[in-house]
Amino acid sequence: MRRGRLVLALAAAATLTLAGCSSDGGDDTDTDAGATSEETEASGGAEGTIKIGIKFDQPGLGFQDGSEYTGFDVDVAKFVAGELGYGEDQIEWVQSPSAQRETLLQNGQVDMIFATYSITDKRKEVVSFAGPYFVAGQDLLVAADDDSITGPQDLEGKNLCSVTGSTSAQRIKDEYAAGTNLLEQPGYAECVTALTAGTVDAVTTDDIILAGLAAVPANEGKVKVVGNPFSEENYGVGIPKESDKCEAINEAITKMIDDGTWQELLDKNVGASGYKANEDLNPPTPAACA
Amino acid sequence: MDDGFLQQFLSLFDEFDVLAAFWVNIQLTFYAAILALVLGTVLAIMRISPVPSLRWAGSTYVTLLRNTPLTIIMVFCVLGLWGQLGLTLSPDFQTNFFRLAVLGLSVYHAAFVCEALRSGVNTVPVGQAEAARAIGLSFWPAARLIILPQAFRGSVAPLGNVLIALTKNSTVAAAASVAEASGLMKTMIEFRPDVILAIFLTFALGFVLIVVPIGLATTSLSRRLAVSR
Amino acid sequence: MSTLFDVPGPVARRRMVWVNIAATVVVAGIGVWVLARLGAKGQLDAALWKPFLTANPWTNYLIPGLVETLKAAGISIVTSAVYGFVFGLGRLSSSKIVRTLSGGVVEFFRAVPVLLMMIFFYLGLGQLRIIEPSDVPLVAVVLGLTFYNGSVFAELIRSGVHGLPKGQREAALAVGLRDVQSLRLIEVPQAVIAMLPAIASQLVVILKDTALGVIITYPELLDAARRYGSGNGNILQSLVVAALIFIVINYGLTKLAEMLAGRVGRRTAGKPQAEAPTLVTAIGKD
Repeated sequence: MRRGRLVLALAAAATLTLAGCSSDGGDDTDTDAGATSEETEASGGAEGTIKIGIKFDQPGLGFQDGSEYTGFDVDVAKFVAGELGYGEDQIEWVQSPSAQRETLLQNGQVDMIFATYSITDKRKEVVSFAGPYFVAGQDLLVAADDDSITGPQDLEGKNLCSVTGSTSAQRIKDEYAAGTNLLEQPGYAECVTALTAGTVDAVTTDDIILAGLAAVPANEGKVKVVGNPFSEENYGVGIPKESDKCEAINEAITKMIDDGTWQELLDKNVGASGYKANEDLNPPTPAACA
Repeated sequence: MDDGFLQQFLSLFDEFDVLAAFWVNIQLTFYAAILALVLGTVLAIMRISPVPSLRWAGSTYVTLLRNTPLTIIMVFCVLGLWGQLGLTLSPDFQTNFFRLAVLGLSVYHAAFVCEALRSGVNTVPVGQAEAARAIGLSFWPAARLIILPQAFRGSVAPLGNVLIALTKNSTVAAAASVAEASGLMKTMIEFRPDVILAIFLTFALGFVLIVVPIGLATTSLSRRLAVSR
Repeated sequence: MSTLFDVPGPVARRRMVWVNIAATVVVAGIGVWVLARLGAKGQLDAALWKPFLTANPWTNYLIPGLVETLKAAGISIVTSAVYGFVFGLGRLSSSKIVRTLSGGVVEFFRAVPVLLMMIFFYLGLGQLRIIEPSDVPLVAVVLGLTFYNGSVFAELIRSGVHGLPKGQREAALAVGLRDVQSLRLIEVPQAVIAMLPAIASQLVVILKDTALGVIITYPELLDAARRYGSGNGNILQSLVVAALIFIVINYGLTKLAEMLAGRVGRRTAGKPQAEAPTLVTAIGKD
C-alpha cells in the first residue's frame, strides 16, 4: 500500500515533468506557426525570424519599456530589418550586454547586433561589422551642480564609474588621468545610482548613451553630460564573421540617411535631452564591407 | 603536435597571472571566514539566549540572509552600503571594494555559521546543560564554559562545509568589482577560445586543490575533537 | 534549547526587560540610521517605490523573470535527481572501479564553484553549436546546477544508505534478496525518505544559485529586476523587491524541509536529516 502510494507519487511527478516539457515544445511550435502565418501580411519577403541583439537597459538607445522595445538602436534595427525583408513581428529581440556581444555573435545567439557597438580592429578579429550608422564620442556624465569636471583630465584622484570591460574608462586611465579610481558595474544604471548618491564623481561612456540616461525622468535635473567628447566611436552593426548580409545592411543604412529617416529617429529618441550629435562626423558613410 | 599544444597552453600563463587571481580568492576566503565565524558565533549565542528580542533578531537575520542570493547581497554592499550609506572601509579605492566583498561574503556566511553552531549545540546532551544549571551556573557562564566549547567540537564538520562553500562563493566577489579567478577565467577563454577545456580544468583543479585539503583537515579535526559519548 | 537556562525568576525577569530594551534600542537605532541615510539620499521617495504597486513591473519584468528562474530551477531539480541516483548508486556499487570512479566525479564537481561551471558551459556550448543558440544560457545554467547539486544528491543517497541500521540489509539478505535487490527494494527507498528534508533544503540552494545566471545573460529574476530598475532610476528598490521574492519562496521551502523532517521519521529506519551531509564526511569513507 505504502509502496503503491510512493510509486503513484513518482509517476505523477514524472507526468508533470513530461507535461512541462511537451508544453514547452508546444509553445515553440505555436510561436513559429504564428510567425509564419503573419509573415505573409507583414511586408517582409524573408521567411522565419531574425534575431537582433540590442541593449535592454539603455534608455534612449535600446531599452525594454514594459513589453515594448524603444530607442535609437531599436528603431535603426527595425528599419534595417525591414529593408532585409523582415517585418517587425519577425524580429526576435535578444539582450546583448556589452561584455557578451562577441560571444553572442560567435555562438549564433543573434544574427546582428545594434547595441552601441563601436567598430574596433580588435573586435574585427572575431566578428564583422556593417555601417557605421552613427558616430558617438566618449564623454562624461556628472552631477548637475558639478562644474569642477570639464573633461577627462580633471578626473585625477576622482571616482569614476563604468561598466565591466569598458574601453572608455581604460582610455581615461591610459591617456588622461592615471590616478582615477575606477568602479566597474554590470550596467550604467548602477553607475548613475552611485553618481546621484555622490559616491562617484563621474560616469563615462559614449555621449549618446549618457544623454539617454540623463533624459530618464528619474534622473532629470540631477545629472548632466559634460559635452567634451574625447574619442570617436563608430557604431556599427555587429554580424558573425561568415555573414553575407554586410552589403545589404549598408545599403539600408545609406537609404535611411538619405531619406531623412535617420535624423527623424535620432530626434525622436534622444532629442529631448538637448543632446546634439557631432555634425562634423554625422551622419556617417558606411564603410566598405571586408 | 601534442608538444606544441602544451607549449601554447603554457604560454597563457605568461600572459595571465592565474596564481595572483587565486591568491585574491584565498585572501577573500581567509578574511571572510574569520569575520563570518565571529559574527556567526554572536548570532548563535543570540539564538540560544534567554532574551526573546535577541532570539528574534538572530533568527530574523538568519532567515533573511540565508534565503537571499549572494549576488544580490554583493550588489547591495557596493551600491547600498558604499553607494548610498557612504560606508568606506579603506581610503584606497580598490581595497575598499575588496573589503566590501569580504563584508558581503561574511554577513552571508555568518548565517550558515550560526546554523552550523546551532546544530553543534544540538549535539550537546541535555544533561550537560542541566548539570551546569544544577551547580548554579547562569546562562552566560553555562554557555561559555559548558555548552559552546562542546558545540564547537561538534560543529567542526558543518563549519568545514561552510568554509568550503565560502571558498567557492568567493568567485561571486566579481559582482563587487573585485578581480578574482572566475573573471580571469572568462577573460582567458575569450582570449583563447580554442583551449577552453584546458583553461576550465586549470581553474577547476585550482579549486579542487584548495577545497579538498580543507575537507580532509576538517574531517580529521572533527574526528579528533569529537566528544565520544 | 530551553534547557540552557532556568525558568527566569523575578530578578532575571527584570534584567531581561532591560536587555530586551537595550537590544531593541540597538537594533532600532541601526534601522533608523540606515533609513535616515537612505532618506537623505532620496532612496525612500515614494516615486521610486510606488511603481511596484502597478502592473507594469510585474507583468513585464518580475513575473517573466521569476518564471525563467523557476524553469531553470525546476529542470535542474529533475536532472540533478537523475544524476544523483546514477552516481549515488555508483558509489554504493559492489565493483571497486565503479565506486572509485563515481566517487571521483562526485567529489570533483562538489569542489568546483558553480559560477565557474556556468561560464564554462556557456562559452563552450556556444562554440560547439550542438544546441539551439538561444537555449545556450538556460542549458549552461542547468548543467552548472546539475553537476553540483546532482553530486550533492548522490552524496545524500550514499550517506542515507550508510545511515540505515545494519539490520535492514541483513534482513533483506536473510530473506533471500540479492545485493542489488536489497539496495533497490529496501535500502535506497528508505534512504531517500530519510533524506527528503535535506533534499528540500537543497532546493533552496538550487533556486538561489539560478541568480548566478545573470552573469551569462540568462534572463532570470535578478536580471529582470535590474532591467526594470535601469530605466526608472530605482534599481536599488527593484533589487530589494527581487530579494524579497527570493526570501519568501526560499522561506517556504525551508519550512517545507522542516515539516518533512518532522513527518518522515516513522516511514524509514534511517535518521531524517534536515541538512545536506558534509563534504567532509564523504572523503575517505567509501
